[in-house]
Amino acid sequence: MALTKADMVERLYDELGLNKREAKDIVEMFFDEVRSALAQGEEVKLSGFGNFQLRDKSERPGRNPKTGLVIPVSARRVVTFRAGQKLKSLVEGYEPTETN
Amino acid sequence: MTKSELIELLAQKQEHLPSRDVELAVKTILELMSDALATGERVEVRGFGSFTLHFRQPRQGRNPKTGEQVTLPGRHVPHFKPGKELRLMVNEDETKSAQ
Repeated sequence: MALTKADMVERLYDELGLNKREAKDIVEMFFDEVRSALAQGEEVKLSGFGNFQLRDKSERPGRNPKTGLVIPVSARRVVTFRAGQKLKSLVEGYEPTETN
Repeated sequence: MTKSELIELLAQKQEHLPSRDVELAVKTILELMSDALATGERVEVRGFGSFTLHFRQPRQGRNPKTGEQVTLPGRHVPHFKPGKELRLMVNEDETKSAQ
């Protein structure tokens, strides 16, 4: 089971009284805006949740795991997520149970 | 971009909604994701990425002040894996300038 955008829309509709259209728009726009900020090279800091940061990686030698051939992995920019203190403490005590 | 800047941006694009509602919606989305992770549930947003928990094994640590050995229990930490679309989007500038 996983939380999806559809679940979020449903909860905004149930809990905040937004209509379905508004709830859907807000959820879509939330992720779109975070993504475009990152695409423009801007880091995103959501206090209480975490920070999305950008790291520039230089080119490195890589291998095709099937053929063993050495091919360079090109320089690239990647997104990393650093969870905030609040989220970290929320999840650190999670204990899986057999029903999960 | 901070949370309040994100709220402002969304409020500008959703003019028919009071900004108080937009603020509440953003906080609720973040809460829903945090609560899901707190119960071990994954968060999956197509084109953006997914959040899961990773387990960190128990280990021997030291109190940096006293040097005393302490056993740190295993714990879960949040992990984010960017989705394909997000991965491509943050790389776009580089690929263009390289061509």
